[in-house]
Amino acid sequence: MIGGALVVGYAATNPMQAIGAILQGGGDDPEPSAFGPFIRITDDGWVTIVNKQQELGQGIHAGLAAIVAEELDADWNKVRVVDARSNFRAYGVQMTAGSNSIASNWDLMRNAGAAARTMFVEAAAARWGMQSSGVVVRDGVLSHPGSNRTATFAELLADASRQTPPQTPVLKRRQDYRLVGTDRVRRKDSLAKSTGTQIYTQDIQRPDLLVAMVAHSPRFGGKLLRFDASDALKVKGVSHVFAIETGVAVLAETTFAAKRGRDALRIEWDDNEAEMRSSPDLVAYFHDIAAGRTDVEPGSFQSTGQSPEAPFDGDVVEFAFDFPYLAHAPMETLDCVAKVDGWDVAITSGAHLATVDQVQAALTARTVPGRVDIEVIPAGGSFGRRGAMSSDYLVECVRIAKRVEGRSVKLIWSREDDMRSGYFRPMSHHRVWVQVGSDGFPERWRFHSVCQNLLPLAPNFTATEGIADSPNLSTAATVDGKIFTPAFPVIVGFWRSVGNSHTAMVMEHVVDQLARRAGKDPVSYRRFLYQKAGDTRRLAVLDELCARAGWDTPLEAGWARGLAIHQAFGTIVGQVAEVRLLDGRPIVRRVVAVVDCGIAVAPDQIAAQIEGSIGFGLSAALYGAVTLKEGLVQETNFDRYPVLRMNEMPAVETYIVASDNKPTGMGEPGVAPIAPAVANAILALSGTPTQRLPLLNSAMNAGFSIGS
Amino acid sequence: MSYTLSVNGRFHDVDEDGETPLLWVLRDSLSLTGTKYGCGAAQCGACTVHLDGRPARSCSIAVRAAVSAQIVTIEGMDGAEAVALRDAWVKHDVPQCGFCQSGQIMSAIALLRNIKQPTDQDIDLAMSGNLCRCATYTRIRAAIHDAAAKLGTST
Ligand code: FES
Ligand code: FES
Repeated sequence: MIGGALVVGYAATNPMQAIGAILQGGGDDPEPSAFGPFIRITDDGWVTIVNKQQELGQGIHAGLAAIVAEELDADWNKVRVVDARSNFRAYGVQMTAGSNSIASNWDLMRNAGAAARTMFVEAAAARWGMQSSGVVVRDGVLSHPGSNRTATFAELLADASRQTPPQTPVLKRRQDYRLVGTDRVRRKDSLAKSTGTQIYTQDIQRPDLLVAMVAHSPRFGGKLLRFDASDALKVKGVSHVFAIETGVAVLAETTFAAKRGRDALRIEWDDNEAEMRSSPDLVAYFHDIAAGRTDVEPGSFQSTGQSPEAPFDGDVVEFAFDFPYLAHAPMETLDCVAKVDGWDVAITSGAHLATVDQVQAALTARTVPGRVDIEVIPAGGSFGRRGAMSSDYLVECVRIAKRVEGRSVKLIWSREDDMRSGYFRPMSHHRVWVQVGSDGFPERWRFHSVCQNLLPLAPNFTATEGIADSPNLSTAATVDGKIFTPAFPVIVGFWRSVGNSHTAMVMEHVVDQLARRAGKDPVSYRRFLYQKAGDTRRLAVLDELCARAGWDTPLEAGWARGLAIHQAFGTIVGQVAEVRLLDGRPIVRRVVAVVDCGIAVAPDQIAAQIEGSIGFGLSAALYGAVTLKEGLVQETNFDRYPVLRMNEMPAVETYIVASDNKPTGMGEPGVAPIAPAVANAILALSGTPTQRLPLLNSAMNAGFSIGS
Repeated sequence: MSYTLSVNGRFHDVDEDGETPLLWVLRDSLSLTGTKYGCGAAQCGACTVHLDGRPARSCSIAVRAAVSAQIVTIEGMDGAEAVALRDAWVKHDVPQCGFCQSGQIMSAIALLRNIKQPTDQDIDLAMSGNLCRCATYTRIRAAIHDAAAKLGTST
């Protein structure tokens, strides 16, 4: 773990400690049901499906429920979804990460639904005195066509509940699906979210509740030296001011009083171990690292072929890329409600990694995970921020709650707190050398990638994910991939699409430049690479994408198309962006996307994720950068950290490739291709390659030049 | 200090410092939590309410400046436009995380009350003050057009 004020205190958490603790924890199923932990059926015929993952906008509640309802043959219009509380024993590991919620629960949910269905079928067969094979289930109604007998789930509920759940229920055949894969799979929360009635952590109110705000070190690695609370305590409504590991907490009756109290604090910080550099310094440092001019030793992330490290000769092309820190900036800033009562800790939060959060809360409150109850509620976005393994904001809230035991504490971070808190998508520098053969295709690749590590104890694999498995390497006899991992106090984390948020740009923009050099169309150039790699899935996406985007038809003067295809979290996404330049600014009017995500569970939500991912990725490509000036974050609100607005959003068309493979991730993969698709269009328009992001408007782009 | 506010057609007496942003009075004192805090700096639109029928950023209006206004929040929304927009939002499954959507709908209601059949450009103008970090913009646009069409045929 990287040192720094924001992580002090939980740095001691090691994974074995965590696993050991969790195994002792977890209470019983909070609402025992004959149909297992995920399905509750009531005598009004309604089916309640328990969503063990966290809903943060991606629509997972609907996708998982549809899988259960499909196997159960429930009436989708009489299905409701409730969010599971943290409960390891009942639900297993609850972690919403890596776009794997559908993929990792596919079998679990299918089996849960199929087992319950079998119980109803057995109950009906027994009641009607017949073989279970003659019983049909559809939309929550069981029937026997031969004898015209029917019964609803409600009517058979008592009998079905007494059946023994089958260990290995028979699952439906794919061709018999009636719900999964159709547009009938719709969100269940749209009405609440369109009427202001959805409750988020920010909205929790209780009679005993105190609102907390915390003054954090303005610099990463800064420490509290001393503070004077006298003025803060004079603010009406302020009840407590005290130091905690991460700064100075101010508690008040209302949010605004807490904020005023915090503003009135006088604090001195110790910056001896703090990060004091500015972004241009860091960029220059990263360039020095890649050039081997520092003591940061590289590791190898890929080494294939004979003597990959041997010097290149012949036609060698060099590319360089710089990417900035990015903040998640979810619309709901980080917040948490916690109450500590002796051994018991009660938390309400949009907890992303409930299982990890439970352990972190227990370690913080010096209790056991089984005494920590997390009411997991929907979050107003996250994009990875609430998935920090340190559970930083939640731990901070528990620390404060422990100081005022018996009272509920609602910790609210201001937008500025949120933006300054780190867990950024790490900045990175990639230097790429390609030795090009006489046919215009790569013979050898070399990468020097520089990026902080997201996980303190693991190899830095996220920095280069999306490079090693790229079919763009398929013609090369050698690949020499080096990763340099500098460590310094700026805290980095998982940001929607993680390493793919920069590696897709590297791989896909380089390929267009190579195609251009070779005098080939970027599509036929890619087709050759994919054929060489035997990547039939990507070939299918490429063909569909060209057809849907009208790749071979001309656009009006001044417009160009750019194409990019990238695989992340098992899913391949291809995008074609239509772009023009207006006074040097890219205008993106239309994006056509093609997706291969295995079996498409909820097609409309897949489209929604593609739309959202394109908007999110385009924000980053155009504007996204968090920069430091003498260690201080410069972009602390949306005025300096612009996010795409309505007038800048392109029209998006999403097409899904038919597939019988198991479902793969959808929350993140759509983010990666948009930056290279736009950069490739700009290349086609102007002949100018993109060497750094964002394209516009950033302090990142001042004060240094590529090749320095 | 005590202020009397007209919110959603009812009068409320609140005891606040006059500088307190209306947003926090609505949320913390009146428990109208449909109006959200997103930036506190008139940058995101999550806190949009109507003041005398016009969309306003409640995070940047001091409570003392709101005493003479008719304040309407998402909880108090009714009328043909509100219903049509709510239905269209649900039909298109517009929300993702949903956190921005109260503000989006408040801006959209004001738009449709002013312009019955807005063009894409009208939508850009009226809605570009409302950020959606989930980028649900294409669906917001479709839902506004849909609601406008419904209202057009029903009158
Ligand atoms: S909270 Fe008021 S505009 Fe963002
Ligand atoms: S729906 Fe998430 S911010 Fe708009």
